[in-house]
Amino acid sequence: MNPVPEGRHVSNGTIIQARDVVKLYKIGEQELRALDGVSLEIEAGDFVAIMGASGSGKSTMMNLIGGLDTPTTGRLFIDGGDISQLDADGLAELRNRTIGFVFQQFNLLPRTPALQQVMLPLLYAHPRPADMEAEARRRLEQVGLGNRMEHLPRQLSGGQQQRVAIARALANNPKILLADEPTGALDSRTSEEIMLLFADLNRQGITVVLVTHEADIAAWARRRITFRDGKVISDERQAPRVREAAQ
Amino acid sequence: MTVLDSVLVALTALRANLLRSILTTLGIVIGVASVIILVAVGNGAAGEVNRQISALGTNMLVVFPDAMRVMGRSSGAGTALPLSESDLTAVRDKIPGVVGVSGQLDESAAVVRGNLNWTTAISGVHPDYTSVRDWPVSEGREITAQDVQTAARVALIGPTVARQLFPGENPVGAEIRIKNVPFQIVGLLSVKGQSAMGRDQDDVMLIPITTARNRVVGKSDVQVDQVGRIYVKLDDQTDMKTAQDDIETLLRQRRKSGPNSEDTFSVRNLAEFMRARTEVLSTMSYLLGATSAISLIVGGIGIMNIMLVSVTERTREIGLRMAVGGRQRDIMRQFLVEAVTLCLFGGLIGVALGIGIAWLIAHFASWPVDVSLGVIGSAMGAAAITGIVFGFFPARRAAGLNPIDALRSE
Ligand SMILES: Nc1ncnc2c1ncn2[C@@H]1O[C@H](COP(=O)(O)OP(=O)(O)OP(=O)(O)O)[C@@H](O)[C@H]1O
Ligand SMILES: [Mg+2]
Repeated sequence: MNPVPEGRHVSNGTIIQARDVVKLYKIGEQELRALDGVSLEIEAGDFVAIMGASGSGKSTMMNLIGGLDTPTTGRLFIDGGDISQLDADGLAELRNRTIGFVFQQFNLLPRTPALQQVMLPLLYAHPRPADMEAEARRRLEQVGLGNRMEHLPRQLSGGQQQRVAIARALANNPKILLADEPTGALDSRTSEEIMLLFADLNRQGITVVLVTHEADIAAWARRRITFRDGKVISDERQAPRVREAAQ
Repeated sequence: MTVLDSVLVALTALRANLLRSILTTLGIVIGVASVIILVAVGNGAAGEVNRQISALGTNMLVVFPDAMRVMGRSSGAGTALPLSESDLTAVRDKIPGVVGVSGQLDESAAVVRGNLNWTTAISGVHPDYTSVRDWPVSEGREITAQDVQTAARVALIGPTVARQLFPGENPVGAEIRIKNVPFQIVGLLSVKGQSAMGRDQDDVMLIPITTARNRVVGKSDVQVDQVGRIYVKLDDQTDMKTAQDDIETLLRQRRKSGPNSEDTFSVRNLAEFMRARTEVLSTMSYLLGATSAISLIVGGIGIMNIMLVSVTERTREIGLRMAVGGRQRDIMRQFLVEAVTLCLFGGLIGVALGIGIAWLIAHFASWPVDVSLGVIGSAMGAAAITGIVFGFFPARRAAGLNPIDALRSE
């Protein structure tokens, strides 16, 4: 149902598949269709930007894909499994192993040093890696914060905080990285750095799905899906923006 | 998350609000401290009474020459019919299981040595007295049957008397005077300490009962064969209650009072009497301990309150923990561990405070206290259970949060 992939994207098979997903919110008597029959497929290794007006259902979709919430009707397959069938523990495991979530507001623990922030998903993993600290260090180095391990969030800039959050999302080697307006709280220069990081991670094989309002952020992706009123209204492939000439 | 991880997170969270954590645990601190103090004081008193019971002598009955009742008034002294040597002999010969009997005829008089004098309790006794009362001499010899037969002027003195009249000297062999009659000290009694009533039992002097009748107790006050009270020691196989009944029956016959008329004597098991007192004491201290456990419940409600506040404050953190893979049971355990940590923290302070106050009581009020490990253990256990019980509801509320709602909360 998707257009044939174009550009340099190589198909690795479907990793996210939504079939007629509906999400209803009841507020008093009123029913609100946050998602109104969304069907889409995302291939492993793809880099997808989701756009759309405020209230169009982007975050709702991300939360469903990320196993933070469950659809009212419809089915959702992540990495081959039907997650609409999972119980609370199953969803927790999905969030722990398969998904890495990056939030607009970073969501770091205020009194916890960077290293411990990144270790958090490892603490909840089954089985836990033998050397959690080494693993967390590796992730922080990967996002360029090798020299900020002991810093508290308030001792870090916004961009650095978001990097810690990305390192945390990467901790358990997830297949999918979901980022809901990851640059929404950052200035354009810092946003650029974060997007470079996402592009880099995607090049290493991680499927990246990000929500953004800004066209030049969406330009980093290879595919752009637009929502309106809980529906997909456009879905197109594009040549992704690449690293600017060496600075 | 392992329990250890949860403990570490809990400690971080509790340290972040240190003052609040301390104030919250105050109820637990007070509860645990008061349980420990009350039980320590109660146990100490009970231990003291037990020590006194063994000081009284075991397997011992005492016959008093009037109808003392445990709770009632004793009949007037004038109506008392004294116990006699023949009563004593009858008890020794007719009651099965008797291993020793002795009278004790009391008089208070000044004991003089040179220019020192000391007023003490002088008791005329039979040779069995020291063995009946488990009260051997520490030096010298006992009073012998011959001493009693010949009304010898010999005496055993207690350590207090020795200290008063023979400071730093060995009194054995020395001579003293009672009512101008010279006595030779033949033995020094071993230390017996305070009685249950706080009397110094070492402030005594023992002389043969015959000598007491002849020379010390005023002639008008005593009959020729009067023995005062009678101490009876029984062997281990004899049931004390049976022996007591047997003695009562025997004396009732001898003293010609019918089964329905009022007794003119009483047979008492002092150890039994004191043991009953001990039980009351320790029951009371446990009751008080239990009452103070109520403050643990009040403390627990404080813990529950603050845990609910904590869950609300940390809703976002809970959401994040869920978002990175924390299961409901992980979150639940996190908050339970936090509540228990809080309670154990309070419990530790309470134990320290309790021991400290118990020590002060022991030191300044010279009241015996006994802080047992068992009580510390149960108090800490109670604190932990308080944490689990009152942490459960807040923890379940945290675990039941929806991850997105939690993440979105401000
Ligand atoms: N928990 C909720 N209860 C009720 N309505 C909700 C809830 N969450 C979202 N909605 C509604 O669902 C619709 C879609 O919300 P969603 O957050 O997905 O929008 P969005 O596309 O992410 O918007 P934005 O760009 O502003 O983040 C909105 O109309 C919103 O009011
Ligand atoms: Mg949104």
